[in-house]
Amino acid sequence: MDITLPILILTIPLFMFFLLGLLGMKMSHKLAGTLGCLGMGTVLVLSYYTAYAYFFSGAPEFVNAAGERLQYIVFDQSWLTLYNPLEIRLGFLLDPISAMMLIVIPTISFMVHLYSMGYMRDHHGVFEHGFQRFYAFLSLFSFSMLGLVVATNIFQMYIFWELVGASSYLLIGFYYTRPSAVSASKKAFIVTRFADLGFLIGILILSFYTETFNFIEFTSVPVDGLANVSQVDLGTAEGVRNIFSTSAAPLFMGGSVLTWALVLIFMGGMGKSAMLPLHIWLPDAMEGPTPVSALIHAATMVVAGVYLVARLFPLYLMETTSLEIITVVGAITALYAAIVACTQIDIKRVLAFSTISQIAFMMVSLGVARPEFHEGLGYMASMFHLFTHAMFKALLFLGAGALIHAIGSNDYTEMHGLRKYMPVTHWTFLIGCLAIAGIIPFSGFFSKDEILSSCLGYSWVAYLWMSFVAFLTAFYMFRLYYLIFWWKEHKTHEGHHAPHDQPWTMTLPLVILAAISCVAGFIPFGNFVSWNGHPYDFMAHFDWNVATISLIVAILGIGLATVMYRKENSLPEKFRKAVPALWTWSYHRFYWDELYQFITHKIIFGSICRPLAWFDRHIIDGTMDSFATVTNKASDAIKPLQSGQIQMYVWYYLIGALALGTITVICLI
Amino acid sequence: MEITAIYYLLPALIMFCCGVYGFITRKNMIAMLVSLELMLNAVDINFVVFNRFLYPEQTEGMFFTLFAIAIAAAETALAIAIIINIFRAVRNIDVRSLNEMKF
Repeated sequence: MDITLPILILTIPLFMFFLLGLLGMKMSHKLAGTLGCLGMGTVLVLSYYTAYAYFFSGAPEFVNAAGERLQYIVFDQSWLTLYNPLEIRLGFLLDPISAMMLIVIPTISFMVHLYSMGYMRDHHGVFEHGFQRFYAFLSLFSFSMLGLVVATNIFQMYIFWELVGASSYLLIGFYYTRPSAVSASKKAFIVTRFADLGFLIGILILSFYTETFNFIEFTSVPVDGLANVSQVDLGTAEGVRNIFSTSAAPLFMGGSVLTWALVLIFMGGMGKSAMLPLHIWLPDAMEGPTPVSALIHAATMVVAGVYLVARLFPLYLMETTSLEIITVVGAITALYAAIVACTQIDIKRVLAFSTISQIAFMMVSLGVARPEFHEGLGYMASMFHLFTHAMFKALLFLGAGALIHAIGSNDYTEMHGLRKYMPVTHWTFLIGCLAIAGIIPFSGFFSKDEILSSCLGYSWVAYLWMSFVAFLTAFYMFRLYYLIFWWKEHKTHEGHHAPHDQPWTMTLPLVILAAISCVAGFIPFGNFVSWNGHPYDFMAHFDWNVATISLIVAILGIGLATVMYRKENSLPEKFRKAVPALWTWSYHRFYWDELYQFITHKIIFGSICRPLAWFDRHIIDGTMDSFATVTNKASDAIKPLQSGQIQMYVWYYLIGALALGTITVICLI
Repeated sequence: MEITAIYYLLPALIMFCCGVYGFITRKNMIAMLVSLELMLNAVDINFVVFNRFLYPEQTEGMFFTLFAIAIAAAETALAIAIIINIFRAVRNIDVRSLNEMKF
């Protein structure tokens, strides 16, 4: 494949970042926004073309005679040689999941670019302060995210991983005059940075033993492929994987080194993808502008953790302990976030917790994926859910943005009964809700159903657990939907005009994303993405029982929400009274923030940092200060020698010369 | 009685010590200058004497002395000029009053 297009896909957003960042203040707001949209539109076309070429051209470098999709390196430039053969490269890798991400990221990013043209203005159409900066950061983010997904080696991924973290920080703190936004951006950066420490250590461990960073060498499909998918790489695959599969595999603290490395790498993914102990930054990240939440904190950046695990999946498969850890973390997070989402009143927070829950779905799906069950259905289901979730969650966030823009508040108590005022937003939001709840023709049904059936293949506990989470998902999404659009008549405040649909720049992305959410489920996804590149006919494995049950579960959730929230009534209040403890804990997000506050302030600051600060101030600074004091005192003491009396100097000289002479004479004698 | 080098060196030493003593004890800058000349002349005598007694066939010591005398004259002129300027500035040539250049 020609090298030009992939290079352009990466350099156009970077160029736009520098152009808008350096010269943005010189151009008008409209020009900056148009340039940003045009740049992203070009990237969109180029990446669609690249993905199309990868999936459909059938060129021998992309697909082999057996119909397996191959990993293809477009270019791979040596960047930093640590020692031979360990070197860091920068390159462009095409394989099923990166080609899929080449569709997802530019699509969402372009929608958000377009949407922001309308969103980042006030009601009189005046552009917000820092509009050009916003577009510059969006371009930076798009560049980093594209670089992350096409990374050819884990270190390149790490570099771009940090870059998306930095652009997320910049965009969360976009309203830098608001203290809450500033602290939210700091929180996001510190938490993910902390997780990335684990990621880095994991990379170092892995590359220390394997002497490579390249994904191809970590994950290349075994030579004799499909025949023995279930016993892959137990000594059969070539290369680095032998290092860990021999009986002499290195051990550390009772576990194999590979497990440690994989769990530490997963820790980086937990930070980015907001898995349970490290999820606290994502709800706060909603302080950023809503299009940013849609792009970064719903559709693309937060699934980087899932993408990372998927990228290294063959390695994870060698060490099922780490996959079990992923499953457990994902399952707990999914339930936790779903419960919390049921009681939040800020609509963006509901969506944030719903995002956490859905990402946990993808993680669980990866965790339960085994080649021996349905040929690794979970892997495909996870990627499918990533795809559909990116579309409908971006749709929901952009819809929420339209509502917030119209009402001027994040709080659903200010909304209610908006269906008549904002019909386009209403219908698209409803489609998003139906998709996430898993109703049949919409995309979420298909992907979620596959996740559930891969859970069933793993264990019935996982299946029941995730089905319950799916029920909660349907419930909280429709609770949100009814509270925004039904519940009671909307009361327009005195002096305000009634809310109405937004300009076309904001409604067009909603309509497009809603259309994608309607049809994306019918994509034969297994033909494009599967764990070993072999086309996977998922209709052949389609389990109608699971599908029916998950549909019933979703309808139950929606039904419960309809009963409780469609018309104003006292049922929610009764429910709240019935389980006050659960409600309070859920409302306060199970006090995780308070726990972290306690750990950081009381334990870390109080008993570690204070003594350290005392040591620094008194011992280290004290030593340095006393050097200075002694020098000072000594020079003060001998200062009078410099008296200004010339004849005194002559005296000193004379006496000194005599003394030296005497000493010389004595020594000579 | 033969006149040996010591007969020249001893007066030169006495002259030098007088110069040092005067330079340290006299407070008048002119007197200090005179003492300085005394030391210089003592050194000149040493030059001539050593040349005469140790290397009679050479004349470098003599020439050096002549140089030193010329330089001493120039130096004296310079010093007098400085002293006059100091006198104009502070109306005093007592060296104890010139202690501005201290810590």
